[in-house]
Amino acid sequence: MEGSLVLEDGTVARGPFFGARRRILGELVFNTNMTGYTEALTDPSYRGQILMMTYPLIGNYGVDPHAMESDTIQPTGFVVKQACPTPSHPRSTMGLGDFLKRHETPAIEGADTRALTIRIRSKGTMKAALVPADEEVDEIAKEVRAAPQPDARNLVAEVSCKTVERHPGRGKRTIVVVDCGVKRNIIREAQRYADVVRVPYDTTSDEILALKPDGVILSNGPGDPAHPDIVATSVRTTRELAGRLPLLGICLGHQLLALAFGGKTFKLKFGHRGGNQPVKDLRTGRVHITSQNHGYAVDADSLPESEFEVTHVNLNDRTVEGMAHREMPIFSVQYHPEARPGPWDNEYIFRDFAAEIREA
Amino acid sequence: MPKRTDLQRILLLGSGPIVIGQAAEFDYSGTQAVKALKEEGYTVILVNSNPATIMTDPELADRTYIEPVTPDWVRKVIERERPDALLPTMGGQTALNVAMALARDGTLERYGVELIGANARAIQMAEDRAEFAAAMARIGLATPLGRTVGRLEEALAAVGQIGYPAVIRPSFTLGGTGGGVAFNRAEFEEHVERALELSPVHTTLIERSVLGWKEFELEVMRDRRDNVVIVCSIENVDPMGVHTGDSITVAPAMTLTDREYQRMRDAAIAIIREIGVEAGGCNIQFAVNPADGEMLVIEMNPRVSRSSALASKATGFPIARIGTKLAVGYTLDELPNDITRTTPASFEPVLDYVVVKVPRFAFEKFPTADYRLTTQMKSVGEAMAIGRTFKEAFQKGLRALEIGRPGWVAGATAADDRLTSDSPDDLRVALRVPTPERMFQIKRALVAGLTVEEVAQASRIDPWFLYQMEDLLQAERWFVGLPEIGAAALRRMKRMGFSDRQLAGLRGTAEAALRARRWELGVHPAYKTVDTCAGEFPSSTPYLYSSYDDENESEPLGERSIVILGSGPNRIGQGVEFDYCCVRAGLAFRELGFKTIMINCNPETVSTDFDISDKLYFEPLTLEDVLEIVRWERPLGVVVQLGGQTPLQLAKPLEAAGIRILGTAPDAIDVAEDRERFEALARRLGITQPPNGIARSVAEAVAVARRIGYPVLVRPSYVLGGRAMEIVYDDGSLRDYFERAARVAPEHPVLIDRFLEDAFEADVDAIADGRRSVIGGVMQHIEDAGVHSGDSACVLPPYLIGDRQVEEMRRHTKAFAEALGVVGLINVQYAIQAGVVHVLEVNPRASRTVPFVSKATGVPLAKLAAAVMAGRTLDELGIPDDLPLPGVAVKEAVFPFTKLPGVDTILGPEMRSTGEVMGFADSFGMAFAKAQIAADGSLPLEGTVFVTVNDSDKPTVVPIVRRFHELGFRILATEGTERYLRARGIPAERVAKVHEGRPNAIDLIVSGEIHLLINTPLGKFTQADDYAIRRTALVHRVPYTTTMSAASAACDAIIALRSRIGSVRSLQEWHAKTSVGKPASEAARAAPSPGPSGVRA
Repeated sequence: MEGSLVLEDGTVARGPFFGARRRILGELVFNTNMTGYTEALTDPSYRGQILMMTYPLIGNYGVDPHAMESDTIQPTGFVVKQACPTPSHPRSTMGLGDFLKRHETPAIEGADTRALTIRIRSKGTMKAALVPADEEVDEIAKEVRAAPQPDARNLVAEVSCKTVERHPGRGKRTIVVVDCGVKRNIIREAQRYADVVRVPYDTTSDEILALKPDGVILSNGPGDPAHPDIVATSVRTTRELAGRLPLLGICLGHQLLALAFGGKTFKLKFGHRGGNQPVKDLRTGRVHITSQNHGYAVDADSLPESEFEVTHVNLNDRTVEGMAHREMPIFSVQYHPEARPGPWDNEYIFRDFAAEIREA
Repeated sequence: MPKRTDLQRILLLGSGPIVIGQAAEFDYSGTQAVKALKEEGYTVILVNSNPATIMTDPELADRTYIEPVTPDWVRKVIERERPDALLPTMGGQTALNVAMALARDGTLERYGVELIGANARAIQMAEDRAEFAAAMARIGLATPLGRTVGRLEEALAAVGQIGYPAVIRPSFTLGGTGGGVAFNRAEFEEHVERALELSPVHTTLIERSVLGWKEFELEVMRDRRDNVVIVCSIENVDPMGVHTGDSITVAPAMTLTDREYQRMRDAAIAIIREIGVEAGGCNIQFAVNPADGEMLVIEMNPRVSRSSALASKATGFPIARIGTKLAVGYTLDELPNDITRTTPASFEPVLDYVVVKVPRFAFEKFPTADYRLTTQMKSVGEAMAIGRTFKEAFQKGLRALEIGRPGWVAGATAADDRLTSDSPDDLRVALRVPTPERMFQIKRALVAGLTVEEVAQASRIDPWFLYQMEDLLQAERWFVGLPEIGAAALRRMKRMGFSDRQLAGLRGTAEAALRARRWELGVHPAYKTVDTCAGEFPSSTPYLYSSYDDENESEPLGERSIVILGSGPNRIGQGVEFDYCCVRAGLAFRELGFKTIMINCNPETVSTDFDISDKLYFEPLTLEDVLEIVRWERPLGVVVQLGGQTPLQLAKPLEAAGIRILGTAPDAIDVAEDRERFEALARRLGITQPPNGIARSVAEAVAVARRIGYPVLVRPSYVLGGRAMEIVYDDGSLRDYFERAARVAPEHPVLIDRFLEDAFEADVDAIADGRRSVIGGVMQHIEDAGVHSGDSACVLPPYLIGDRQVEEMRRHTKAFAEALGVVGLINVQYAIQAGVVHVLEVNPRASRTVPFVSKATGVPLAKLAAAVMAGRTLDELGIPDDLPLPGVAVKEAVFPFTKLPGVDTILGPEMRSTGEVMGFADSFGMAFAKAQIAADGSLPLEGTVFVTVNDSDKPTVVPIVRRFHELGFRILATEGTERYLRARGIPAERVAKVHEGRPNAIDLIVSGEIHLLINTPLGKFTQADDYAIRRTALVHRVPYTTTMSAASAACDAIIALRSRIGSVRSLQEWHAKTSVGKPASEAARAAPSPGPSGVRA
C-alpha cells in the first residue's frame, strides 16, 4: 500500500506504507545516526514527533528487544528511504516492519528523505501527517496547518512512569531518577554506582527527600521544558532540591535546571538529533563526540552568571551543551552521556556525578 | 593549539612507483599533504621517484626530488636540504620503512630531523606484530593468537599450537606480499619459506585463521590534545581471508548494530591511544565472528592508506589533508570542515548514501597466475560508486569497473564467470573459493535455484548482502514480465542501479532505444551532494553523485564550463599518468577562467579530490552516465583526450549525441585507429609502415601473415596496453592465437603487422594547436622491439638512434599532427630497423609518457594541451620549436611479478607493468642506475654475474659480458653459453642447469652467490629451467635482465655508480636553466577573452 507524508508547507512525499496502517500527525524531525534505529524508535524524547532517519538503509540488522530504550515505540510515525524486510543478525527476533506493527506505529519508505531533511534544515521543523495515499492531500495539509503543535501538550506526562520503581544497583548509595521520559540506559549507567529509584516527573521534592537519596538525576524527555505543567511540577521540584542534593541534568533535565535557576530555553530551528555532534569541554579543551536528541536549548545569556558557568558548547552552532553551578554540586549536559544510540565517549559524566555523591 | 612555528622546512616522502598494494592513493594523499603544508607557509621538500604523479609536478612542492625513495637517496636529500621535520605517513609502507631506516641508522638525529605525524615508537609498535599483539592485550583487546617466527621449525611449533588453517603474514611487506593461508603442512611450509624470504627482516607471523569472519575497518584521527574522531566505517562484503584491497567493500558498515559499532569505535580509540599516534590518522581492521559477535583486532596502519583514500572520498572528509595539519600542531576543532566550511573538523561524518568499492583485477594479462583471492592483494585498481542504496551503488560500481558488465550481469557463458557449469553442485563448490568473478557466480547460483542460505554457507558472505542481490534478481524478473514499461517501472529499476544497457538486455531491445524511451518519459537522475553531514548543514562544495531520487541539488554551470572525463579504475596500461593529465589540464582550464567539471569513479586519484575541480561528479564513465551529466550541465564541451582509452571510446558516441568534443576531432581518432584509413594517411604522407594487414577470420589471418612474412605481431584493434598482443612465428601459433583472442573485442578485427626484428623503438610526444606543433620529447626504448612500450625502459634523449632518424621522427610526428588536425596532444610510436624509420602507431591523445616528458623538460604538456583546447595558440603561450632538455631522463617500468606466483617475468608485447619510475641525471649511466634503484632493483657493484642466453643472443652478449669481466665480476654460465664465452676469451665458469643435478644455478641464486642474472628465453615456449631460474631470482631479489639492451644499460649504470657518488638535484633546479613559456594565466591575459568563438571543436 502506498502512503503519503504531508508537511504543513504542502510538501508531499509518497512511498510504500509499512508498519501500522493508520493516520497520524506529529512534528517531523530528522536524525543523522547511521546505526541505532531500535534505540531511537524507543527513545521517549521523540514523543509527539515523526522520526525521519537521514541514513537511507534502516532495518538491516532487525530488532533486538534488548536494544529498546523504553517499553514501546515513542515517535508517532517513522520515515525512511529504504526499510529492510530481510534483516541479518543473530540477535534479531523480528523485522522492522513487525516491530512497528506490534507497537502500532505507521511508517513510510521510498521518500526522498534527503530532500525532506534539507527542507527542514532551511525552513525549520514542521508539523506533518502520515496518511494513506488515497486521501486528499490538500485537505490534509490544511488539517496539519490547523493542528496544534504537538509540544503544546504535556508530552512528559505521556511517557513518565506512573509509580515509583526500584532498580537495585551497585554500591551503598541511592540515586533518584526523575523520569520525564527516561531512557533505560540512564538507569543502567546510574546502577553502576548506586541503587536507583525511578519516580514520576511530578513527584514533589518532599516525596523525593523521603526516599533519602544521595543524588538526583533529572532525565531526558520530550517536548517544551517551559510547558506550564512542567514548570509547575518538575521545574519546581528541581528548584526545591537544589542545594540539598547533588543534581545531574540530562537533556530535558538540563533545561529544567536552567529554568529552575531563572534561565530561559528556546526552540531550535530544527534541533540536534544524531550521534556525531562535537561538544567542547571548556574546562579541559577536549572535544567529545556526543549523542543528541533535543529540539530546545538553554539560552546562555539567560543563565545567572554568578551561579552558573557554561562548561560545554556545541562546536557546530556554539549552543550551550553543559553547565555547572559554581558552588553547589549541580551540573548538567544537553547531550546524552548514556549514548544508545551513539558514541560512548561521555560515560565520564556519570562517573563525575558518582564522585559528587560520594563526596556529599 | 595553533601550528608549530619551530618548523620551517618539511620533508615529505612519496611512495615510489605504482605497485599492487601501493597505488595512486598515495599520490592523492601526498598531493593533499603538499598543498596543506604550503598553505601554512612551510617550505616543502618532496622525494618521489614516480614521475606519473601529480605531487611531483614542479609547481606543487618547493623542492621536488625525483629520486629513489630509499634510505641512501633520501639521506642525500636530507644532507642537502636540511629539513626540520619529516612527514613519513603519506607515502605508504615505502615511506614509513625509509623513515624508520633513517631513524634507526641515526640519520634523523644527526641532522636534527623530527618525525611528525607518527613517531618511530608508534610505527614500530604498529608494525611489529608481536609488539602489537602485546599492546592490544594491555588494553584488553584480542588479536588472532599469533607468534612471530624466524625459522621454519619455530613456525611448525607455532602451528602445532593453533592448528590449521593458519595464516602466514611476513613482517614489513606491503600489500600483504608473501602472505597466505595454509590448510595443511605442505602448504604451510611453502608459505613460510616464501614469507621468510620476502620479509626484509626475515620473520613472519603465524596466526589463527579467522577465515569467514566478517571484516571491518575504521578510519581514525587523533590530535595532540587527544581528541579522537572516527571518520568512516567500512564493511567488507568478502569475509576474512580475502585482502581488503581485493574485497568489495561498503561504507558505512551495513550489518552492525549500534552497540556493536560503538564497541568497535571504542576499541579503535583505545588502540590509537595505546599505539601512540599523537597527531594523525590510522586505519584499523577488525574481524567479527558472525556466530557470536566475538571481535578481534587484525591490524593497524599508523598512516594514510588505500582505505583512508577511500574513506576520504566516501565521506568528504579529507584525511590526508587534515592529518597533515594535525602533524604540524593544529587540533581538530581548530580546523574547518572543508565541505561545510562553517562547522569544525572535530566531528564524525554521517552518510545519507551508500558507497561501494569494487576491485579491478588484471588476470587476463597473467593467464598462468593463481586467480584465487587470498590475503595477498592481487588487484591493480578499483572503482567506487555512490548510491542512495546498496543496490544502486553495487550496480553502479560494477559497471564503473569497465569489465564489460553493465551491472550485476552474469557472463555470456559459464566459463566467463570461471565456472565449468551452472549445476548447483558445481556452483556450491565454486562459491567456496573467492575469485574476481564470485559476485557473478552468486547470480548464477541464485538463478539456478540455490537459496540465500546455501550461498551464504558456501561463500561465508553475510546473508544481508545476498538478500540485496536476490532483490535485484526478483526485480529483473518483474521487469522482464511487464507488458509495457512506463515511467514508474523505469524509475523503480533505476533506483536499484540498473543501467540502460542492462534494462535493454532484459527487454531484448537496444540500449539507445531504451534510453530514448526513458528520456521521452522524463526519467532522469537527480544529483545529490556528498556533504559529510547528511544534509544537516549547507555545503559549499559541489561533490555530486547520481540517484533516481526526486530532488536535484546540482545547479548547472552552463557554457562557461568544461567537462573533463577521467580515466576510471586504474588498470595495467591506464594508470595514474592519465590522472596527472586530467588534473593538470583541469587546473589550467580554471586558470584560464573556465569552470571545470570532473567525471571519474576512481577513489584513489587526485582527480576525484573535491577541491581540484569546480564540480566533481563521482560517476561511472559509461556513455549513459556521461550523457546524463552533460545533458544537465550543458557545458561548452567535453575533453576526452586526457584520460586514456576510457574517455576516448566515448568520443564518437558523444559527438553523435550532438556534444562538442574539445580539441582534436573524434574523426582524427578514428583515422588513427582505423587500419585502412591510417594506412592511406601514412601513404599520403610518405611515411613507412611495417607491412601489415587486417583479418576477420583465421583464414584471412593466415593469408595476411604469409603475404607479409613471419614473424608477425597480432593484436585486436581498439585496445590499450597491448591487451592480447603477441608475436607469432608460424601458422600453427597464429591459428592458436586467433582462437584465444577472438573474444577480446568481437566487433573489431585483428590487426597483423610484420614484426621488425632487431629494431629500436621510440616514442614521440608532441602538442599541436591546429596550426603549429611542438615536439615534447623523443624517447628511445631500451628494450628491443617486441617489448610493449609501457614495459620498456626508455631514455630521453635517445642514446643510440642517429640524429638523422631522430629528425625524421620529429618531422613525421609534425606531419601526422597537421594531417589529423590535432588540437592538443599526440603520441607516435616508431621502430627503426637498419636505419629506416617505420611508424607503428599514432595516438592523437595524451600518452602514458606525458608526465615523464613534462618533468624531464619542465614543460607542462597537459597544461598546454588545456590551453590549446581552449583556443590559445602555442605562439601565444610562448612555446619555442625546440624544447630544452637539461639532463638525461630514464623511465623504467615496475612489474607485479612478486605478487603473482606462477607468472613468468619475461617481457613481451602485452603490457604487464603497473607503474614506473624516473631516473634523472647528467649521464645515461647514472640516470639508468637511479631508475633501477628506484624500481626496487639494486645493482651490484661487484660480485658474480650469471649468464644464460639463447643462441641468437650469444653474439650480442659477448661484449656485454666482457665489460663485466673487465669490471672484475666473476662470470658464471650454463654449458652452451659458457663454451661460447670461453671460445671468445672470457673466463666463464660452468654452472649446472637445474636438471643436471646439484648444486645448480638455482642453488647458487638461493644461497646468495649470484648478484646479477642475464637470461633470455628460448623462444615462445620457455623451458621450465629458464622459468625456474627467473622466478627464483625474483623471489630472492637478485637483479635480473631478460634483454640484451637492458643488460648493456645495467653495465653502464654499474660503471656510473662505481666511478662516482650519485648526487641529487631537484626538478626546480634542473629546470631553472631552461625554463620556457609563459604561465597560462599570463597568456590568458594577453589573448582575447576565452569563449565559444575561441574554441576549435
